[in-house]
Amino acid sequence: MTFKILRFDAQKDNRPYFQVYRHVPKPHETVLEALKDIRDQQDPSLSFRYSCREAVCGSCGMVINGRICLACRTQVGDLGANEVVIEPLPNLEIQKDLIVDLKPFWDAYRKVEPFLQAPGDVPEKGHVVAEKDMEKVFQYITCILCACCYSACPVATRDGRYVGPAALAKLYRFTLDPRDRRPFSALERVDGPDGVWGCDTVFRCNDICPKDVRPADGIEGLRRKIIAGKTKRLFRRKP
Amino acid sequence: MLRHDLLIVGGGLAGLSAALGADPTLKVGVISKVHPLRSHSVAAQGGINAALANRPDCADDTCEKHAFDTIKGSDYLADQDAAELLCQRAIPTIYELDHWGAPFSRFPDGSIAQRPFGGAGFPRTCYAADRTGHILLHTLYEQAVRRNVTFYDEWLVTDIIVRDRRLVGLVAYDLAGGEIIPLRARAVIFATGGYGRIFFRSTNAYINLGGGIGMAYKAGVPLKDMEFVQFHPTTLFGKNILMTEAARGEGGYLVNAKGRRFMEDYTPKAMELAPRDIVARSIQTEIDKGNGFENEYVHLDLRHLGREKILQRLPGIRDICIHFAGLDPVDRPIPIQPAQHYSMGGIDVDATCASPVEGFFAAGECACVSVHGANRLGGNSLLESIVFGRIAGESASLYLRGGPSEAGGDRETAETARALMARIQSVHEREAGENVFQLLNKLKRVMSDTAGIFRDAATLRRGLEELAVLREAYRRVFIYGPCGRYCQEMVVLVEFEHMMEVAEVILLGALKREETRGSHFRTDFPKRDDASWLKHTIITRSDKGPVVTYRDLQVGRYAPEERKY
Repeated sequence: MTFKILRFDAQKDNRPYFQVYRHVPKPHETVLEALKDIRDQQDPSLSFRYSCREAVCGSCGMVINGRICLACRTQVGDLGANEVVIEPLPNLEIQKDLIVDLKPFWDAYRKVEPFLQAPGDVPEKGHVVAEKDMEKVFQYITCILCACCYSACPVATRDGRYVGPAALAKLYRFTLDPRDRRPFSALERVDGPDGVWGCDTVFRCNDICPKDVRPADGIEGLRRKIIAGKTKRLFRRKP
Repeated sequence: MLRHDLLIVGGGLAGLSAALGADPTLKVGVISKVHPLRSHSVAAQGGINAALANRPDCADDTCEKHAFDTIKGSDYLADQDAAELLCQRAIPTIYELDHWGAPFSRFPDGSIAQRPFGGAGFPRTCYAADRTGHILLHTLYEQAVRRNVTFYDEWLVTDIIVRDRRLVGLVAYDLAGGEIIPLRARAVIFATGGYGRIFFRSTNAYINLGGGIGMAYKAGVPLKDMEFVQFHPTTLFGKNILMTEAARGEGGYLVNAKGRRFMEDYTPKAMELAPRDIVARSIQTEIDKGNGFENEYVHLDLRHLGREKILQRLPGIRDICIHFAGLDPVDRPIPIQPAQHYSMGGIDVDATCASPVEGFFAAGECACVSVHGANRLGGNSLLESIVFGRIAGESASLYLRGGPSEAGGDRETAETARALMARIQSVHEREAGENVFQLLNKLKRVMSDTAGIFRDAATLRRGLEELAVLREAYRRVFIYGPCGRYCQEMVVLVEFEHMMEVAEVILLGALKREETRGSHFRTDFPKRDDASWLKHTIITRSDKGPVVTYRDLQVGRYAPEERKY
């Protein structure tokens, strides 16, 4: 089989180029395993990120035959093609080969204050949380911050200031958590075109997410909470 | 030169917990060779143990019982005081994690849910479905973000510098910048994880090469009990991805090719929920006897649990089965085989996580306190990394408070960095040579073939001989690509050098320990021998090679007895 892999080294190349490798994958081989085999046996200079190889660490998002996905969870055989074209994630700058600079993604993550804000001391017997409330949070905590959604997002393509689906879904996860007591002002931070109102609602993030997080549901949920919060405030101000 | 009071190496649970436990007035930095959220802690599935006694019918559970199970599970090689400390701190630790946002699954009364796990007298494993490591790593990282901890992401530490038995600094390769950088610190905590990928079949992430352990050893820090390597009973056949012990905790069966729940022949009382060393050996024995499928695997059958329970409690492993094996465990049994999973041994530290080198601490899987002894119980590794990570942060802070001023060390640190650069340069200038990735693949074969579930003197000696051949080959190693940014050849080249030390210490410790205990099964010495071997193996590097000594065990309130389950 042919593997066409995008190569680029910012320190020496003017522009990215494709390098072609021939490799015979084993049965059930994943694209990540194929990349490792190619590196180990043919070209040790090939660079890509990897860690868990079981779709939970979020390292190996890339574009495989035009589709954004995790290399470790994509089986070569399932692609149904004789040629596999592998490119780095879009919307982010290439650092080397398939490795991109995730700084804008992590900056956006930090911007939403991605931590539980539960006031007071640790309760002696823990928080009491209804099972069904905790299960609402579960949809969002499967997020592995792989940046696949950020790369697939057309808004992030045209506006580098947009915080993107993963960060917004993360914020929504905390607002759903009965233990969290963040003030409404924390939501107002994303109440603008760089935040929830930037979303085009074309749901590419939902389509692409390898962990079925459905980040757009979170953006929608935040919009509702922001509108509800503002409405409440409006009525409270009335004499 | 970059200066810190405290540098923590490793961004998994132990490293993050250390950062959160450190005195916030100190200048602390966390160095990780991957982004912290890519650390292997993220892959832990089943849960974290604490005797919360939340299940109404299990109100009798106590941290003493948890400690007893841990000690018995360890085949009595754990330090009993340390195991008790671990289990006492478990309860407040869980509640703190809950307060920090860990979304633990709940019982109907709103308390944290607990499930049964192997070798445990009570269901005391707290969990978030089967994604417990994932949610805990994210929770601790979130808290670190909240506290504005300084991170050096994608920096590989290559050397530590010790002067007069005192830690003075370290050298790191900044992958994104493509540079080798000296750093000074008054104290260092290693939280670098295990060495799983020294074996051919491992549940561990590809990044778990164990370089940190080997690096400490090369700098003169002793290693303890390295012969104890945990093989997890249930890993997905072919890929060796972990199939959590929770699958058996929730009621899954192990079935051989004859359709029999064979654990009946090994541990009739505990059945599938015996400790991991015993279950892994039982499975391997069945396969070796010809009772496996294709002579390679047995079945983990969850079908009788029903679709709803599988979707609710084990959604992660169902996903893995669907995406990596093309089968749905709701309808079909899962083919599983044992594979390397965890390193009980590690850097020799005491219960304050301090090593014999002043200013050098270690916690988590890279360290050996020892709380796991010869076999770790499921659900105790997340606990250990968080509890002892925290203790390491506290101990290092205490050390720094009364601590030494920063006297000298700049020269040595800078020189070590220069020496590494020169060495990389000389390797790079060669015309040809050995490919380090292929050497790594060979090392994995050697370790799996000679230091696996069953060992004897002949295989272990052969392992040492084959390792010597690899060492020779490594002298001719060659870097094919440019040595700039994200040079993963350089990463593996540096780590491989440390891995060879780790491999040697494992093989040597295993060869010398002429008994069977916990995960260490010697077919030529198949019995536990408390009279001669109730002691820790300590291996220290010298100019002439490894020096093996032993340290007697502090037996506490539980006298060793036969392990029956």
